[in-house]
Amino acid sequence: MDIKKNIYSDEKLLKKLLEDKDIIIEDALENEMIINMGPQHPATHGVLRLVLRLDGETVLNVVPELGYLHRGYEKMAEEMTYIEYIPHTDRLDYTATMCNNVAYVLAVEKLLGIEAPKRAQYIRMMVSELSRIAAHMVAIGTYAMDVGAVTMVMWTFREREKIQNIFDRLAGARFTTSYTRIGGVASDADDVTLKMVREFLDQHNSALDEMDKLLLRNKIFIDRLEGVGVLPKQDAIELGVTGPNLRASGVEYDVRRAKPYLFYNEIDFNIPTQTEGDCLARYYQRGEEVRESVKILYQILDKMPQGEILANVPKHVLPRKEEIYTKMEELIYDFMLINYGINPPVGDVFFSVENPKGELGFYIVSNGNGHPWKLKIRSPSFCNLQALPIVCKGAMISDVIAIIGSLDPVMGEADK
Amino acid sequence: MEFEKLVINKIKSKFENSIEDISNFRGDLSITISKDKIVELAKFLKEDEELHFETCIDVTAIDWATRKNRFTVVYHVYSYKNNFTLRLKANIDGEPPQIETVSNVWRSANWYERETYDMYGIIFVNHPDLRRMYMPEGFEYHPLRKDFPLLGIPGSLPLPDKVE
Repeated sequence: MDIKKNIYSDEKLLKKLLEDKDIIIEDALENEMIINMGPQHPATHGVLRLVLRLDGETVLNVVPELGYLHRGYEKMAEEMTYIEYIPHTDRLDYTATMCNNVAYVLAVEKLLGIEAPKRAQYIRMMVSELSRIAAHMVAIGTYAMDVGAVTMVMWTFREREKIQNIFDRLAGARFTTSYTRIGGVASDADDVTLKMVREFLDQHNSALDEMDKLLLRNKIFIDRLEGVGVLPKQDAIELGVTGPNLRASGVEYDVRRAKPYLFYNEIDFNIPTQTEGDCLARYYQRGEEVRESVKILYQILDKMPQGEILANVPKHVLPRKEEIYTKMEELIYDFMLINYGINPPVGDVFFSVENPKGELGFYIVSNGNGHPWKLKIRSPSFCNLQALPIVCKGAMISDVIAIIGSLDPVMGEADK
Repeated sequence: MEFEKLVINKIKSKFENSIEDISNFRGDLSITISKDKIVELAKFLKEDEELHFETCIDVTAIDWATRKNRFTVVYHVYSYKNNFTLRLKANIDGEPPQIETVSNVWRSANWYERETYDMYGIIFVNHPDLRRMYMPEGFEYHPLRKDFPLLGIPGSLPLPDKVE
């Protein structure tokens, strides 16, 4: 098989290097340099590979290379039933598993035209916001660690640990939760869980204040990030950037407000925005979003309704275990759903939610069978990474680390 | 709903003969247009004062396997001003299937079209940098096509030689 010629090699430079046996230092200084960064680089948050063209220490251009974590989830979806695919959504953005679970089942429910009961929706909202806090904690912690503040990662992971304990109790798993079901959620949130959430919230704001004290009174941290990696508003819009990165550039766009799903229209919350669009603004943005999430969570706990957690739509929603064991009808439905799938009507839907990284969308095409004919994931990390060349142009090579940290891509999602 | 009517009317008056289908399923407005008008429509949607679809949030394709027009290219565009998502579709055929790129209109489409090219082998004509997104250069197949098996094709990725 003929491998195409590597497009990055500068032919003139290569020729010169090959011809000239006595290269001196001046030659190196006069010429541009190509540097390969990643995919096994601790600061690229996974397996992102960048090819940098440098003039001295200044970055002239960046070419991101993706695909080192490509597992073909869109292909696998075509061979699975809708129910089987839920655990695979965990592996997209693995810092915010619950958000992915919720997004996927909401997309399928839109395709089916059914709605989960109110309590299930509220629980979904609760786990999404908890997951958002956990993801932002990882983002802030690793970001601070990349630019040299190593203590932060310990503090933020301590907070995340508490959230994972809640998930452990709720879903039976700390990390790969697979908690939602089509038409509801897997298990009810009992009083102990809700109390755990409230206890977590009560101490979380002061923990955040401590983190801010650690970083924002730190001249080294501020000087390192201020004015670095500016993403102008217009560029952000045109390049399809979403989520905190877009809002840090001054666009007030949040899917929770623009197209309210679940019961976000019943909740009172602000959409924080920044104007600078630099690395520091993206740090502030995540901090403020966590505080908003805490506010939202308090309201959810106060408003949490009683009732069912699974919709009563036997043709599409799996019945509960105890009913399968005791009732004939439910047993038949369970058999049909597991063997032949939920068979949504012919059609296609696009549904998107606000994930910690940005707008996560699922585009599902159904031909009436138990498997999706096509399932496309509009993953926010992938779209945000497209802005990387714009942001990095003209920055110093050491700033590239800070910029990647501030854009916060998760390669599990970018590579699908 | 009013905006939806406005979109339909505006597109209908401008592209009367090129529209193949307008549908609304579960509240998603979807417009199918003939493939040679797609760039013109994209420019119109982006630059029209009222519509202002300034960003493309997704490009993908559907492989219908047995239909006459085997592929459908699907675009999702969003208008921040009007808070509205519109789906555009274009049916294409031929081997390799070709369609004009919209990345000169919406910059974000650049990577999405690369991904679609990688997965389906659809050539986006005039694309500035049409390379594979995920699969390695030199890979001969397009994995999301329906004739590509789930388990992959043995020998499609070169393995290291045996040491004799």
